[in-house]
Amino acid sequence: MILVVAETHASGEVNPASLEAIAAAQQLGTGAVCAALLGGDASAVAALTACPIERLYHGQHPSLATYSPDVWVQALVQIYEQAQPTLVLLAHTYQARDFAPQLATRLGGALISDVTGVKSPAIFIRPMYQGKLAAEVSFRPDIPGVVTVQIGAFNRASLRRDGAPAPVTMVNVTPDAPRIEAGEIFTEAKQAIDLSHAPVIVAVGRGIKDPKNLDMARQLAAAMGAELAASRPICDSGWLPMDRQVGSSGQTVAPKLYLAVGISGAIQHLVGMRGSRTVVAINKDPDAPIFEIADYGVVGDLFEVVPALIAALQASPGAPPD
Amino acid sequence: MKILVCLKQVPGKDAPVRIEANQRAIRDDVPYEINEPDLFALEAALRLKEAQVQGGSEPAGEPQSEIVALTVGPARASQALREALAKGADRAIHVEGAEAPQLDAYAVAEAITRAIAGESYDLILTGLQADDDGFGQTGVIVAELLGAPHATIIMEIVPVAGRARIRAKRELEGGRFQWVEMPTPAVLAIQSGIGKLRYATLMGIKQAKNKPLRQTTLEELGVRPSLNRQVIERLYVPAKRQGGELLTGTAAEQAAQLAARIRREIPR
Ligand SMILES: Cc1cc2nc3c(=O)[nH]c(=O)nc-3n(C[C@H](O)[C@H](O)[C@H](O)COP(=O)(O)OP(=O)(O)OC[C@H]3O[C@@H](n4cnc5c(N)ncnc54)[C@H](O)[C@@H]3O)c2cc1C
Ligand SMILES: Nc1ncnc2c1ncn2[C@@H]1O[C@H](COP(=O)(O)O)[C@@H](O)[C@H]1O
Repeated sequence: MILVVAETHASGEVNPASLEAIAAAQQLGTGAVCAALLGGDASAVAALTACPIERLYHGQHPSLATYSPDVWVQALVQIYEQAQPTLVLLAHTYQARDFAPQLATRLGGALISDVTGVKSPAIFIRPMYQGKLAAEVSFRPDIPGVVTVQIGAFNRASLRRDGAPAPVTMVNVTPDAPRIEAGEIFTEAKQAIDLSHAPVIVAVGRGIKDPKNLDMARQLAAAMGAELAASRPICDSGWLPMDRQVGSSGQTVAPKLYLAVGISGAIQHLVGMRGSRTVVAINKDPDAPIFEIADYGVVGDLFEVVPALIAALQASPGAPPD
Repeated sequence: MKILVCLKQVPGKDAPVRIEANQRAIRDDVPYEINEPDLFALEAALRLKEAQVQGGSEPAGEPQSEIVALTVGPARASQALREALAKGADRAIHVEGAEAPQLDAYAVAEAITRAIAGESYDLILTGLQADDDGFGQTGVIVAELLGAPHATIIMEIVPVAGRARIRAKRELEGGRFQWVEMPTPAVLAIQSGIGKLRYATLMGIKQAKNKPLRQTTLEELGVRPSLNRQVIERLYVPAKRQGGELLTGTAAEQAAQLAARIRREIPR
């Protein structure tokens, strides 16, 4: 049996990525799938028991009201011992990054992280070298396995349950008092720019090399009527404000056209923009992972291609398509 | 405050990764550099020490603040330690072994904890994730092996009550944050961007030559790839998108084709 550990948002609703994890568990095809939920309200229980799972293990304890890795690991070890799964599977969220390696180690096992696909029930596919390569990875035999699956890698559209909701087993877990005290969740300065509705985006990455080259990117954006956005290192360096950052820790965008200039296409960037209708990439490295999702790719030096593109766009702005 | 900073040497950002004939590793004839988030971990440690020394908050009778840089890697990785010493780390530990690149996160965490057995640190800092293997786990496993609390994706660190507790700002998805607080010793996995990185000064580079660098080996610590709990069966280059179109020619030709496609996608 595969045990999928579900995560809830602060609002109480089940993280859609956890439903993808259930879909991934089904796709493994090794039999029954159960789910575990720590804390969470009736609506989360309802959302999970409406999935094609055999059973929901619902952990109960007052300290499950807020996330803390210690508490989560102790509670999940108790559920693990009761449920005796052959594999634990969860979405590769920031919360999972925080506790899943601890859980795997506590169980005497290992975590295979950020899985994007399965080759067989025992062999998982995950990115390495910033997505430039993929690896087929297996667990050492006879140890407990924990797997996190990349957000967006498995399709939850096929999750359908016929008949009554899945049964729920209450588990009264008994974690120690948390060592780690968590404060309120907050956002920094108000987001001044909402990129989520921008129809056209020009995004620049580290390939732009120097903040003074941003002028060139601004000209390109102007020629296309686009908003300017960036990968994380550009915003980290203060070259553009944080609210221009696209990706898992920045904004999620879905424009008609997304032009990535000098961006490698690390997964944390891709999750923020892969809903774009058309993706164009300009990058000098033919093996850059951005080309895996690009509709149009230009392998070349952005310092040659971008000025030429600005000129071409300005030459005949209203010209009919070729 | 005594701080351990774990640094990994990884292939340079622009280095071409080429797969070995055995399909399980990459060729090592590439330039190496310190993993980016690890540089931010070092920067965070240096700032903590500077703040304590300047602020006079070194608790009386306590040992001086000390920053120790540690790497688990083959001989080449000593360069990473020299760089850390030049930037201001006080001493370094090199866990040397030709097999180091084959170790998984669990085995590396074993090597780190065994190498510091008998020492007590207030804080252990790692990067969030290594650019090469990308496990994103080593720091958390170190914490678990030591029985210490941890927090990940850290953007800021503030000591509390001298050095008995630590407060850290955790990044959450979508630009949200949260402060967490815990007793020391604690392990924090640092996210890139925690502050502007410093360069090593000429003076620093000179002083680094006289700073202590302790050598130990994987063999001495009893760490070998057979400790690994996950196994790479095969490495390969992922396929490009089906139906994606590569525009060819000179830069001007590529630009002309691209301009035409852009006008088709966003008619104005
Ligand atoms: C928890 C976590 C959250 C993260 N959140 C985000 C996020 O929200 N958003 C985000 O973007 N990243 C995020 N990251 C970072 C992410 O992993 C990558 O490090 C980052 O996206 C890389 O940015 P980049 O593509 O600009 O730089 P690089 O990876 O350095 O790529 C630069 C690219 O430019 C190309 N290039 C260089 N020179 C030229 C030239 N002259 N012409 C053309 N091409 C050139 C290179 O070939 C390379 O592909 C996160 C990471 C973690 C671990
Ligand atoms: N071989 C190593 N030597 C020293 N530190 C390491 C090593 N491998 C991983 N780390 C540390 O653990 C962090 C996370 O690495 P990983 O779990 O491999 O993604 C890195 O950013 C380093 O700080």
